[in-house]
Amino acid sequence: MSNSVSRRDFLKVTSSAGAGLMMGVYLPGKPRFKSAASDSFEPNVWIKISPDNKVTITLAKSEMGQGVKTALPMIVADELDADWQNVEVVQADAHPDKYGGMMTVGSRSVRGGAWMRLRETGATAREMLVSAAAKQWGVDPASCRTDNSSVYHDASNRSLTYGKLTTYASGLKVPKKPQLKDPSQFRYIGKSIPQIDTPDKVSGKTVFGLDVRLQGMLYATVIHPPVFGAAVKSIDDREAKNIAGVKKVFQVSLGVAVVAKSTWAAFKGARALQIKWDNGDFSMDSKDISKSFRDLARKKGVVARNDGNAEKAMKKVDSRLEAVYEVPYLAHATMEPMNCTAHVKQGRCELWVPTQNPQGSQRTAAQLTGFSNDQVTVHVTQLGCGFGRRSRTDFIQDAVETAMKVDAPVQVVWTREEDMQHDYYRPATYNLFEAGLDKAGEPVAWNHRVVAPPIGRRGGPNSLDRSSVDGASNLPYDISNIFVDYCRSDIPVPVGHWRSVGPSQNTFITESFIDEVAFAAGKDPFEYRRKLLKNQPRLRNVLELAAEKSGWGGKLPKGLARGIAIVEDKGSICAQVAEISIEKSQVKIHRVTCALDCGQVIHPGIVESQTVGSVVYGLSAALYGEIIINKGRVAQSNFDDYPLLGIHEMPEVDVHLVDSQEEPGGAGEPAVPPAAPAVTNAIFALTGQRIQSLPVSLNGMRTM
Amino acid sequence: MPRYTLNINGRDRKVSVDEDTPLLWVLRDELGLTGTKFGCGRGLCGSCTVHLNGESTRSCMSTVDYAEGNDITTIEGLSPDVTHFIQEAWIAEEVPQCGYCQSGQVMAAAALLERNPNPSDQDIDMGMKMNLCRCGTYQRIKKAIHRAADEMK
Ligand code: FES
Ligand code: FES
Repeated sequence: MSNSVSRRDFLKVTSSAGAGLMMGVYLPGKPRFKSAASDSFEPNVWIKISPDNKVTITLAKSEMGQGVKTALPMIVADELDADWQNVEVVQADAHPDKYGGMMTVGSRSVRGGAWMRLRETGATAREMLVSAAAKQWGVDPASCRTDNSSVYHDASNRSLTYGKLTTYASGLKVPKKPQLKDPSQFRYIGKSIPQIDTPDKVSGKTVFGLDVRLQGMLYATVIHPPVFGAAVKSIDDREAKNIAGVKKVFQVSLGVAVVAKSTWAAFKGARALQIKWDNGDFSMDSKDISKSFRDLARKKGVVARNDGNAEKAMKKVDSRLEAVYEVPYLAHATMEPMNCTAHVKQGRCELWVPTQNPQGSQRTAAQLTGFSNDQVTVHVTQLGCGFGRRSRTDFIQDAVETAMKVDAPVQVVWTREEDMQHDYYRPATYNLFEAGLDKAGEPVAWNHRVVAPPIGRRGGPNSLDRSSVDGASNLPYDISNIFVDYCRSDIPVPVGHWRSVGPSQNTFITESFIDEVAFAAGKDPFEYRRKLLKNQPRLRNVLELAAEKSGWGGKLPKGLARGIAIVEDKGSICAQVAEISIEKSQVKIHRVTCALDCGQVIHPGIVESQTVGSVVYGLSAALYGEIIINKGRVAQSNFDDYPLLGIHEMPEVDVHLVDSQEEPGGAGEPAVPPAAPAVTNAIFALTGQRIQSLPVSLNGMRTM
Repeated sequence: MPRYTLNINGRDRKVSVDEDTPLLWVLRDELGLTGTKFGCGRGLCGSCTVHLNGESTRSCMSTVDYAEGNDITTIEGLSPDVTHFIQEAWIAEEVPQCGYCQSGQVMAAAALLERNPNPSDQDIDMGMKMNLCRCGTYQRIKKAIHRAADEMK
């Protein structure tokens, strides 16, 4: 990126903000630019402080229920000592580099370096405002303090609001290493302050992708080939075109688009279409896929972990245990179906889209239209769930291609059925296990072979897909000989990132098998794990907390049993204890006790709500979740055959957060993985039946 | 195309659409009342819940033809300033996550309280079980309904 280009881009943004000349600095580590005079102060792209003392914080991450719209500004505002009542949050349009990476996945908005960058941003601005005040007063900056968007000099009883200091501050040098607060000084971080977007969500005002309404807009839907890899052979659209309101029918790269005056007319038109498909050669059923995995598992895979020498150690063990574990494909089933609104005209493309991937959306639109990135504007709306599904751009491609063929803005809406049948699914996997125990019942050798289609898109036929083994290769237990390998399947069912990704399936598998091993050794599953975590104090602590809060070991009413599971995922640790009963083969989950160590908590209320929500997400998968492939196509189509947990099946979920000042970890994902194994381990404790494939309903039990 | 007069949030609104058009799409596409959401289109999720004469109704399953002549209330008309007991309780308990299902949840809960001002946990389960929330906000929904019921006393 050349400086002149970025300068021009920057100035365009500032002038469109209507605040006259402003100073701007890119994020720490990026080149900075400034103009001569300013009455508004923008120490970097994240913050603008205007003369009326309003602080505007730009959110470059997507809000999908995980609370970034409140939590990220809180971090900035805390270090800035801003008056929260006067903070406004605006959603950033896509930009290739101005905000750094905008992709909202992997619980990465706070963890990793993000938390520090946000704090430094707030602290930098604060320090410049303090310097500005100190210079004006002719006092030592160290003798000033800040509170509620003002600088105070107590000794002389003087104060100035940030708004009054913006012009002066914008002429100052940007401090290289601003002073950060000691955690004891945090004023917002760690508090459950009201989320800024809640009132709009309970009054129907929040604008989701599907709620975008533009002058003269049209509506469209796209029908995709039911069989993966199929192509259109012929389209008979006579009947469709007779439907009132249907305007156009045409082919797009991924299917057939029906454009109409309303969504309903588009849906009706789509139903009336007669499309002949060329089905290609994928016609497998789920059981064929499972068999193909089994075949692959016969050969050694790519090594994912090799501690000690498991092969040798296995020959000398006292007893051995083997098992096979399988999980099915799963759909994301976001509550808001896939959609995108696009307008292509006069050398410009404008998108309104609920996306986790604004920059990818921009690139996709640029490629399809032949435009440059700056001819493409991407407005990010609220997302009606994301879960990884909205990191993909297939629905954006549908919208842009459709918009290129009509003379108006067009909203492409997928039906629920299209959404269910054209996902990037959580992969089905097949796992071979072998564990060797010594005389004392301690595991001394552990073999795990993972067979799965790769989630990551990189790497050749013999390469390791890290996402597929995440949660398996990083088994936290202290076992001297561990061997994990990975066999890549090339089944053409599209797969992708599904909330918590690798650990979503691998934790069910490893935490079930370690449970088997514990029972084989005749040990209590909590104590057994605890001993194997002796060198992992943080994990052990979380495990103990879950056990303690659940009353582990204490007596339960007859017919109830407990199961336990733990995971380390996205920089956090979560342990869960599930309490279940089975009556007339009907499984009921009574209570799930969660212990979570996600380091420094930004907003306890959001973390609690994300944790409970993750448990629900994990339980829906454990109890019912299954996408079946039938002759190359997905058999499920809507919430009747892909059920979600309802309020009447909701267990009591209590969340216990570890008080910690460690670097923040993820909060929206780590409670998904332990939910399934906590439940299935409880089923074993109650019945002696080991659930080795999901969903639970496949194992002769009713779950609804 | 046939013409209809719908009484929505206390106002008569005229539309001309096909008689099989679901109320959901009349609200969203013809009248710009986008607070009512599309989730499944088949009566399975509850995102599209509105009130027809005070009763919870799936607007994706009620045709415009059927809806005409009834008093229709949508999330936009539940209260003029987000002060319905349910909305206040929802804010106090911070129920929403992504928020997509919440218009439907709020409407279903408001109708439930109308029928039964003091619901037990089980009443809530029965009254709300057809309103799915993929984000899993059920625990807070239950708390908020109890809170609203208490506030109403
Ligand atoms: S959209 Fe009406 S019930 Fe789902
Ligand atoms: S809040 Fe997201 S689906 Fe209910």
